[in-house]
Amino acid sequence: MNALVEIQNLSTYFKSEQGVVKAVDALELRVHEGETVCIVGESGCGKSAAAMSLMRLIPEAVGSIVSGEIWFAGRDLRKVSKEEMRKLRGNELAMIFQEPMSSLNPVLTIGEQIMEPIMEHQGLSKKAAQARAIELIELVGIPRAKEIAKSYPYELSGGMLQRIMIAIAISCNPRLLIADEPTTALDVTIQAQILDLLRKIKDEAQTAILFITHDLGVVAEMADHVVVMYAGKVVEVSPVVELFEEPKHPYTQGLLRSKPVLNQRRAKLYSIPGQVPNPTTLGESCYFHDRCDQCLDICRVKQPPLRDGGDGRKVACWLYEEESVRGQ
Amino acid sequence: MTSYFLKRVFYMALTLFGASILIFFLYALTPGDFVDTSPKLTAERKLELKAMYGLDKPVVERYFIWMKNAFQGDFGYSLQYQQPVMSLLNDYIWNSFLLAITSTFFTWLIAISIGVLSAARQHSWFDALVTIGVFAAMSLPVFFVGLLFIKLFAVDAKLFPAGGMMTIGSKEAGFAYAWDVVQHMFLPVTVLTLLSVGTLTRYFRTNMLEVIQQDFVRTARAKGLKEKVVLHKHALRNALLPAITLLGFELPALFGGAIITEKIFNWPGVGQLYMQAFSVRDYPLLMGFTMFLAILTVIGNLSADLLYRVADPRVRLK
Repeated sequence: MNALVEIQNLSTYFKSEQGVVKAVDALELRVHEGETVCIVGESGCGKSAAAMSLMRLIPEAVGSIVSGEIWFAGRDLRKVSKEEMRKLRGNELAMIFQEPMSSLNPVLTIGEQIMEPIMEHQGLSKKAAQARAIELIELVGIPRAKEIAKSYPYELSGGMLQRIMIAIAISCNPRLLIADEPTTALDVTIQAQILDLLRKIKDEAQTAILFITHDLGVVAEMADHVVVMYAGKVVEVSPVVELFEEPKHPYTQGLLRSKPVLNQRRAKLYSIPGQVPNPTTLGESCYFHDRCDQCLDICRVKQPPLRDGGDGRKVACWLYEEESVRGQ
Repeated sequence: MTSYFLKRVFYMALTLFGASILIFFLYALTPGDFVDTSPKLTAERKLELKAMYGLDKPVVERYFIWMKNAFQGDFGYSLQYQQPVMSLLNDYIWNSFLLAITSTFFTWLIAISIGVLSAARQHSWFDALVTIGVFAAMSLPVFFVGLLFIKLFAVDAKLFPAGGMMTIGSKEAGFAYAWDVVQHMFLPVTVLTLLSVGTLTRYFRTNMLEVIQQDFVRTARAKGLKEKVVLHKHALRNALLPAITLLGFELPALFGGAIITEKIFNWPGVGQLYMQAFSVRDYPLLMGFTMFLAILTVIGNLSADLLYRVADPRVRLK
């Protein structure tokens, strides 16, 4: 089966006053039709930067994609023109964001904001777009759709606004929906509702979802495949069940250990020692070596490659390399 | 809404009452008056004149007389021109208004367009040039630019008249008259626009830069909208909102006259009138005009608040 999205060797660098930040460093990623892939990692590990690179929405003043290929439905998105890219955005590629409260324009009505991409990409008349907007509001589970369409963002709650964002995103039946921490700003019960809604969309429309989160609970609920990122690099790729059963990379193991388990009293929750490294001073070592409890000599001097284990799992860690490769 | 409006009108009245006290006493308590300035008058004649103009009464009583008349739309009698203040202002103010409204229109038009363009292409050549140009324009004093323009465009190139509002002795009417005035307006309007466009351009550029970093602009882009729509519909509308306050302040400025520019281009505006009134201590005229500007300022503020309600759905007035 051909992948809908195939990202190869993608690097996105940000300029900062301290130097160049390798926000995304040689990223490999694959999303198949109708599949949900979760990118998981701590804040600042490059999850969002990866998604924004895929949408080609990294502001030029901030940073740029420096290398790699982004294949989407047979096209390299790095090579298509700005105009073609614009026509893909909101149409075949849609995105929802972390902060529903600030992601909608405060001075335009909800209806207007849903209608915009429909009129832009599907060429519907204003009237038809209006009808479709109301349909979409109902579809994402908000009652009194007609009134909601006439209201402004400040009149709605965060959960409702995120539903509206989803309505906008699915308005043109995208093939890929990128969800960048869509539930992080919402409280837990609303989170569950939003996740349900996304699963429903995935099941009914066979939309592929690239789901970005730092919440392993969400990963367990949503993902088919999981990509674990650390400091801009992919450290592990695995189907979801295998990842939770047998995490390979020490970072993934640490993440899973630091997750609270229900009905289990522990004095203190495990946390991975140390801090995320300063992104401007990364050297040749494995980026995780100084926090790793299984660190080898080679980890301090050389980065491990992302190696395909042949079982659908990939891991970038010297522990899983042959002795001869490690050079010990 | 009605209760809000009534409350605002009440506050306006209070503000104006305070302003009237300040304005009246500031001028009334300044030593000397119009009668004192004239060296030719004898002491008896001065007393006579003071009694005639009511200047001999206690100052508090004079305030109430002034207020009573003001309520009837009478701001007193200009001593210098021997004309009611209101009719005098009426003669001059529209000339100033003509200059001000034209230059304000162009200032806003240019500032918004350049500000938006420059923000959309931040750190580009265009942006850098605009920033330099705008600072240069802001830094030049009006008397310098005014005289320079007269030298370049009126005296040397003979493209425009050097001053005044119409050609002396001209008996044109209708369109020809209007064209004559437009030609005379060109230089003063250009100077006024040049000097005020800088501040406003920078204001809009900053506002736009702030707005285009907002999440909802990212959303608009993620929806695949054309960059033109993203900038003009999504960003600009939000960037314009805070400018409504400035728009409120423009109201008194439209009628306030441009003292230096009017002087340089010999434009028969209220700014010149105001300056002259100062030099001869024509206090009734000064009081009347200042009070008139105070009234316009409060009205401008109220209109700005009402305009916010129309422009920003989040604003609900209570």
